[in-house]
Amino acid sequence: MRRFFTVALLIMRKDLRVETRSRELFLTTLFFSVSTVLVFAFGFVRDGRPVENAVAGILWIAIAFAGTLALGRTFERERYHDVLRALLLAPVDRPAIYVGKLLGILALLAAVEVVIVPLVALLFQAPLFRQPILTFLLLSLGTLGFSAVGTLFGAMLVRARSRDVLLPVLLYPITIPVIIAGVRGIAVLLQPEVDVAMVRAWIGMLVFFDVVFITLSLWTFEPVMTE
Amino acid sequence: MASSLHQIPTTQECSDFNRVVFVDVSKYFGRRRALAHVSLECGTGEILGFLGGNGAGKSTLLALAGTILAPSSGEIRYGAESVREPGPALRANIGLLSHDFQLYPELTARENLEFFAALYGLDQVRDRSDEALRSAGLFSRGDDFVGGFSRGMKQRVALERTLLHAPRLVLLDEPFAGLDEGSSSALVERLQVLKSEGRIIFLATHDFEVAELVLDRAMLLRAGRLLPLSRAGESLRARYRDSMQRELKPRRLE
Repeated sequence: MRRFFTVALLIMRKDLRVETRSRELFLTTLFFSVSTVLVFAFGFVRDGRPVENAVAGILWIAIAFAGTLALGRTFERERYHDVLRALLLAPVDRPAIYVGKLLGILALLAAVEVVIVPLVALLFQAPLFRQPILTFLLLSLGTLGFSAVGTLFGAMLVRARSRDVLLPVLLYPITIPVIIAGVRGIAVLLQPEVDVAMVRAWIGMLVFFDVVFITLSLWTFEPVMTE
Repeated sequence: MASSLHQIPTTQECSDFNRVVFVDVSKYFGRRRALAHVSLECGTGEILGFLGGNGAGKSTLLALAGTILAPSSGEIRYGAESVREPGPALRANIGLLSHDFQLYPELTARENLEFFAALYGLDQVRDRSDEALRSAGLFSRGDDFVGGFSRGMKQRVALERTLLHAPRLVLLDEPFAGLDEGSSSALVERLQVLKSEGRIIFLATHDFEVAELVLDRAMLLRAGRLLPLSRAGESLRARYRDSMQRELKPRRLE
């Protein structure tokens, strides 16, 4: 088990090292998600007042779009130069490669969310930091569930010619429960009177979906990656 | 002279073997046949060469031996055991140098080697990567990004990555491609050392002159089938041409 996490951390560190040098994914996902939020801000804020109950959806759309962009590229570095084969030939549990890639994507999306969440709070005058722990839990659990499925699909589609088109087509229908739970949870948090019990229920739902998605992904990664 | 670092690693549970046997192995990609009824055997201290044109099935054969692909039919034995689901212990004893370099261009040569050494669970990661860089003749360029290397330099680093964990089975797909004369000679010497260490080496190449120097046996692949290499002709190239002509003649007559 220790070796499993050593390998996962090794792959995550490598991904982050490559990313800090190229900044390719971070800059593109950040630019894309900021653009999305700005477009929504122009469309949904009238006379300095945002449209009611739109903020949670806008926040999650920005995260999901940025996530899709990042997930589409997550195995690209391995695909170029055939490094994926070298990883698969290494004497490691192959699901550890999946976990490493997932951790790398989570770190990247966390960095994007650090910018996006305050931006949404500012542009839409949304009290996202009134319950910071609950906001953090909803965002992190939602991002985890979305990325868990996306990383698996990214791996599955790495050899597919039309992977850029197929990823969102496959990813969004499967992750709808996670996105709905995230949106509803954040929407409850933004109400004048926060119903903490309801937020906890959505958090519980997210935990359930995360466990299911991660378990299925760990289970299916090895057969998926065997050519 | 083999260094102490080039012994089979102790940090992995290794499943060592003394021969690799293909028994009637075929591989299909959908309806396309990549390899048909291939049977062969290769033991320790032997360099077995695969000759053939583009698309003959050489890379598929190496990928099958490397457990990257699973055979559609037939079996591959490592030692006495037939392996249906190759696990980490077997993979720890296989090294594959592919067409592509299997290196991250955004990392330095040293970082690439250290990453793969750690992935293989080797100890003394820094020492091993330093030694590998010296073997590649790139010690002074170790902190340069691989993306800035020439094809030959990338090939040398990729070879060292393949041999980092001192695998029993060494699979080399066009290892001489892009190498200058000095690097080719160094690789020939390296292969002789690996052979004397008891490695099993599969080598796919188009370079007949160099192959002549290193191969113990050569096999001809054409359209996924293993063909006998002609005995007519003195050089390997002449034998290859004769084999190909014999193979093509009956087809022309049909």
